[in-house]
Amino acid sequence: MLVEDKGIPMKVGLFVPCYVDMFHPETGIATLELLERFGLSVEYPVDQTCCGQPMTNTGCEREAAKTEELFVRNFGKYDYIVTPSGSCTNQVRNNMTAIEQTEAVKHVRSRTYELVEFLHDVLKVDAFPWAEFPHRVALHNNCNTLRNLRIASMSERREEPFSKPKALLGMVKGIEFADLTRPDECCGFGGTFSVFEEGVSAKMGQDKVTDQLKSGAEYVTSSDSSCMMHQEGCARRMGVNLKYIHIAQILNGARA
Amino acid sequence: MTAELHEELTDPHAGEQLDHGAASSRPLKSRISEPQPRGAKIRGNRPVDQSEAANRFMAATEHEAMHDARLWDLRQKRDKEMHGIEEWEELRNLASGIKEHTLSKLDYYLELFEKNATANGIKVHWAKDGAEHNAIVLEILRSKGVELLIKSKSMLTEECGFREFMAKNNVEVIETDLGERIQQLDDEAPSHVVVPAVHKLRTDVASVFAKTIGSDPDNADAHYLTECQREATRPLILSAQAGMTGGNFVVAETGTFVVCTNEGNADLSANTPPLHIASIGIEKLIPGLNELPVFIRLLSRSALGSPITQYTSHFRGPREGGEMHVVLVDNGRSERLGMEKFWPGLKCIRCGACMNTCPVFRRSGGLSYGATYAGPIGLIIDPTFNVHKYRNLPYSSTMNGSCTNVCPVKINIHEQIADWRKTLAGEGEISPVKKVMMKAAGEVLASPVVYRASLPLGRSALRHLPHFMLYNKLNTWGRKRDIPETPKQTFNEWYRRNRKSQSEGEKS
Repeated sequence: MLVEDKGIPMKVGLFVPCYVDMFHPETGIATLELLERFGLSVEYPVDQTCCGQPMTNTGCEREAAKTEELFVRNFGKYDYIVTPSGSCTNQVRNNMTAIEQTEAVKHVRSRTYELVEFLHDVLKVDAFPWAEFPHRVALHNNCNTLRNLRIASMSERREEPFSKPKALLGMVKGIEFADLTRPDECCGFGGTFSVFEEGVSAKMGQDKVTDQLKSGAEYVTSSDSSCMMHQEGCARRMGVNLKYIHIAQILNGARA
Repeated sequence: MTAELHEELTDPHAGEQLDHGAASSRPLKSRISEPQPRGAKIRGNRPVDQSEAANRFMAATEHEAMHDARLWDLRQKRDKEMHGIEEWEELRNLASGIKEHTLSKLDYYLELFEKNATANGIKVHWAKDGAEHNAIVLEILRSKGVELLIKSKSMLTEECGFREFMAKNNVEVIETDLGERIQQLDDEAPSHVVVPAVHKLRTDVASVFAKTIGSDPDNADAHYLTECQREATRPLILSAQAGMTGGNFVVAETGTFVVCTNEGNADLSANTPPLHIASIGIEKLIPGLNELPVFIRLLSRSALGSPITQYTSHFRGPREGGEMHVVLVDNGRSERLGMEKFWPGLKCIRCGACMNTCPVFRRSGGLSYGATYAGPIGLIIDPTFNVHKYRNLPYSSTMNGSCTNVCPVKINIHEQIADWRKTLAGEGEISPVKKVMMKAAGEVLASPVVYRASLPLGRSALRHLPHFMLYNKLNTWGRKRDIPETPKQTFNEWYRRNRKSQSEGEKS
């Protein structure tokens, strides 16, 4: 795979968000393997930490500056930076403003992609021959991914329906979609909201899980682990036996 | 606007209203109903704790479920109307553009309105704040010897503390909007800009009416309650000496103003007594009648999912033998207009669509915000009135962005919420817990070595969640959620073990 304007092999830097690194290494591994299946040269800079979102999200922009600088140092040399997280992508692309906007910073910000949009828009993938997932699956779009990255049409607007994750999942053999009654409703994670406003956050999560359960889904999938970590936490406490799996794993050929 | 709402919605208590009266010789006693949760505790100028009030609202599970269902139903009706209008997004662009234009030339349009309204026989007054507004209205009322005033719903008068002021000055005020009247009788502020009593169950209304107008406490039938209210209030309305309204749109080129209601209550207030006073915020200006239909088409569709309000009344001047006054109120608006990031909040037409769609609002109830304006629009307007008291409100949001995308005038609400957080943190108006936690997180995440060292050792459970995620001792994550199981190794460790040779970022 070549960089379109340079005619040289594409160098991709893999960003694995902190909570994926800690709690869902399998999502990072699936993302890496999936990208490699398309012949990309993918590197994971081992000194990476975080995109700075927790601080920015809380309004503490100054406190995010050093983390942002580190991010740019880690990823400045890549043609593309790909991450299995829409909300981190949104942070880098749209909110990484605590530091001086040098050429390197601008490069990193404009070249950071969420995995689904990278596969859909940049690689323009049209098949996942290795993937088969004969299960009923409910799709969850993270709000940043939905309304800021515009990964899918949103119910609030009058626009032609589209969904990049659904388009990709539609290429997976045997998959069946379960419809939610409130597909675009926020699940209540909201980054630091989940800790600072715990009551409302948990209630929203419980309502989301109930909707997923009623849809008859066996699995819930999303391109954001953070929302699913929250939803899964609610589901377990409620005694609901839904399974949560990152979209990277399904597209990489996970069977169950 | 409440009447239509109550009739049309799927009621979680459907069928119960038929228990009473239909075939029974005595009223059936209602089951013990869940008491209505009250709003945020207001303690002087101390920051309002929205989450505390939200938790109490959610603990009243019947109320929370009803509230969420009712408002979500409005959102769905709004969506249906939106899909019926091919040029919906273009209308939003137009509405936003017209408001931005008018706000950018507000002085010109205000003076144009004053000139034309005066020519129409309207007396125009200017009030720089709530106190001045209240004093102007009181003076008008005193000059006519008014002791009883009827008034239609107006958020501006809520800003001004109008009813309390009038009560102190011995003027009785009767609200003519049903929902607002319920709130008045219950001595509670409106919880929503369009449906002020939407947080109440019918049983709550029955209990308020029983105490205040003597209805049967066990009869929560909507028609019965409405009829009781009508019987009690109509005589007062008919004997009032003055009427007051707000104004949804003020038309500069014609010197007229437009009031939209579903109950006709503004018309009742304006047309029954000979004296009509309209209190209107200066941001309500639009240039001309040509611009009006853009807003009329958006307003009720966004608010309630109906094509148009039942009444769209144009007030053009006093009627024969009567008087008409317009009080144009600033109350912080000029200052807001000068705020680089927050002036677009002035485009708001008070449709409440952002509240109906907000998942936090639906689960918290409007009174949990402890401010005149609740929900997403409140989060970005309230701090302009009192930055300290309302400093926590911008955190009562997941910043999911649904509000911004339903807003008929395209206010970038969720971006402004983020901007408020930055502004507040920059001004030191941030809770110490957040500040300490984020400073620590910023330090840890800036250093790969410190970060790796902070990760859970042993990784058996969450008591090991890294410090930057759970800096407070309360472990709020685990109250209602299970902790994710920590795997044997992090991705970083896996990569070092399995792909180390390929890694260029590896330190020697």
